[in-house]
Amino acid sequence: MDLEFSPAEKAFRDEVRSFLSDHLPRQIADKVDAGKELTKEETLQWQAILHARGWAAPNWPVDYGGPGWDAVQRHIFAEECALHSAPRLPAFGLNMLGPVLLKFGTEDQRRAILPRILDGTDWWCQGYSEPGAGSDLASLKTRAIRDGGDYVVNGQKTWTTLGQHANKIFCLVRTSTEGKPQEGISFLLVDLDTPGVEMRPIRLIDGGHEVNEVFFTDARVPVENLVGEENQGWTIAKYLLTHERTNIAGVGFSARDLARFRKLSGQLRRDGRSIADNPVYSARAAEIEAELEALRITNLRMLANARDGAAEGAQSSLLKLKGTQIRQALQELYRSALGPHAAPEPDDLSDNERVVPAESARAAPVYFNHRKLSIFGGSNEIQRNIVAKELFRE
Amino acid sequence: MDFNLTEDHQMLSDTLRRFLADNYDIETRGRAAYAAPYHAPEIWAGLAELGILGAFLTEDQGGFGGTAEDVRVIFEELGRGLCAEPVLGALMGLHLLSRAGRDDLAQAIIAGEGRIALAVYEPQVACDLKHIEARAQETADGWQLTGRKSAIYGAPGAQHLLIVAQTGQGQGLFLAAAPELIPAAMVDGGGVADLVMDDLPAECLSPDCADWIEAALDLGRVALCAEAVGAMDFLIDMTVDYLKQRKQFGRSIGSFQALQHRVVDMMVELEQCRSITISAAARFDGPDRGRQVSMAKNLIGRMGTRVAEEAIQLHGGIGMTWEYPGAHYAKRLIMIDHQLGDHNDHVLRLIASQPKAA
Repeated sequence: MDLEFSPAEKAFRDEVRSFLSDHLPRQIADKVDAGKELTKEETLQWQAILHARGWAAPNWPVDYGGPGWDAVQRHIFAEECALHSAPRLPAFGLNMLGPVLLKFGTEDQRRAILPRILDGTDWWCQGYSEPGAGSDLASLKTRAIRDGGDYVVNGQKTWTTLGQHANKIFCLVRTSTEGKPQEGISFLLVDLDTPGVEMRPIRLIDGGHEVNEVFFTDARVPVENLVGEENQGWTIAKYLLTHERTNIAGVGFSARDLARFRKLSGQLRRDGRSIADNPVYSARAAEIEAELEALRITNLRMLANARDGAAEGAQSSLLKLKGTQIRQALQELYRSALGPHAAPEPDDLSDNERVVPAESARAAPVYFNHRKLSIFGGSNEIQRNIVAKELFRE
Repeated sequence: MDFNLTEDHQMLSDTLRRFLADNYDIETRGRAAYAAPYHAPEIWAGLAELGILGAFLTEDQGGFGGTAEDVRVIFEELGRGLCAEPVLGALMGLHLLSRAGRDDLAQAIIAGEGRIALAVYEPQVACDLKHIEARAQETADGWQLTGRKSAIYGAPGAQHLLIVAQTGQGQGLFLAAAPELIPAAMVDGGGVADLVMDDLPAECLSPDCADWIEAALDLGRVALCAEAVGAMDFLIDMTVDYLKQRKQFGRSIGSFQALQHRVVDMMVELEQCRSITISAAARFDGPDRGRQVSMAKNLIGRMGTRVAEEAIQLHGGIGMTWEYPGAHYAKRLIMIDHQLGDHNDHVLRLIASQPKAA
């Protein structure tokens, strides 16, 4: 048993840490810490800084502008970024479409699309879910019908994260109604300024604008925008569900949130004592910390498995399940520690009008926002189905 | 980063698993674990012969192991085999004998000549040593102990007993030859005893060694955690097999999603328990030992209980029967939380060790 990173991996971690301390703009990290929405410009500013260092696309190979890191390095990088409150880069291009093109795309597609993802020219969003196709994604109905050199697309996508910043969308569309529903789906790239494509905002439970719905009305998309073969879309979607899931456990996020709770609990007093001295809160935090410590090791065990070439199987489902449970538990702890002071709508008060530390003002909205964790990316029930399929295989 | 067992540990693990599978079935256990001496002497001799006890000591001490990882590997198999032999008391006893330089006695014990147990806790003390009330007095005739001890695991039939008592200098460690005990079977099998001491003569191994004692207890906690992981692993396998094979409404009940999801949650907790135990064993000799061990004992106390209760429920009526081996695994998992400090005791220990936020 050896739980430690190798000397080379530790040196890499030090390199990442010192880069983050030197180059992550303080004002951006503070916003991330306080749970505030970043502007598109702020996110792209950070992407440009990483891109200049060659670190914008951690899981791309060197040939296409990635750093060529192995799974352990990617893990270390993601964890350190989370611990330093670095913004998350737009994942749909860098972490999803990039790997899809590398695996299923043509060389022409890679050369045309990847550089524009890397330097932030294009911001991609994802068109998977539909009003009638959530967990049962294969029942999606958005049609793409071949007409000469184009597909004509009709239908509706929803839960399009940060689509308001995007100029491109990759979609799962129905190209066939023959056979099983999974067999008639294709992976199609669409320009958002194509006539017939319209995006509308969805306001979420926390009041924020994070997701959108996208409507397609006779939108004409060139057939060159198909990725992989026609009707191969489901294979691509499944590939993304079990691969490229670095940091799905979110251990770095939870470690940061636990540290934030401990800091806050030393600053807040309630009924004659500090929250840090309240045995109920202390006990809850200690138990969550034990679960987080276990998850940190579980994550490393699975990382070591992946490094040694073992099948990934249901492991990422396990990490997603436990990781999101812990992250949600920490948000709940943080919100409840504020007691009655969690109530004021943060946007109605300036920082100096608050009676609690300003950085905790968004505790309740952030808590509400984090209820999404167990719903998106394959709901936790779908993750349980995936594990159960393996467990109960005859 | 490497999570594979060493070749030696893999061999140790395989050997012990095979020995228990071949010699220690649930009927053998049932006969031995609930009547004096509350264990099976031939199995004990077999374990000694396999070198299981020797693996608790370093080569310097006359053994061939001595690390927390050795303990983890062995106890995971003892848990998988639901072994009720008094290994926990022997582990802590051997550890303390070595600390005290009593290698002669340790040698005899790993050879299977005589057993040892550790008397620490008292009717009012379940985890925190500083509340111990038993007192040791030095007289012209040597040391004498007075007070009450409880929950002495594996004590019935043991020839040697280590006893913790206050000396005025701190918590001291004493060795006594088989005093008269109040023995009982544990509800989950195996022997336990209480002890009333009234000027009991004993040899003083150290008048002030709370750190040795806490280390021995922490090692015992790692052992219990590993035992729980082995038992959970086996019990979850049994549960999945049962759900596949049991038919109701014309289909295997393992096809019902309501049941499948509960098993998945059990499996997730098992992997978490395995991870925290690996961590506690691997970091045992580091500065963070106490916190790591308490995190492990807390998590395993809570999740072992959850897995056990879920396993009983998922089995339905058969899980309630004495005849079904799964019931005994479930019982053991729940009672492990009661040993060497339960999940609440270890939360308090974690809180006490938490640095104050700035």
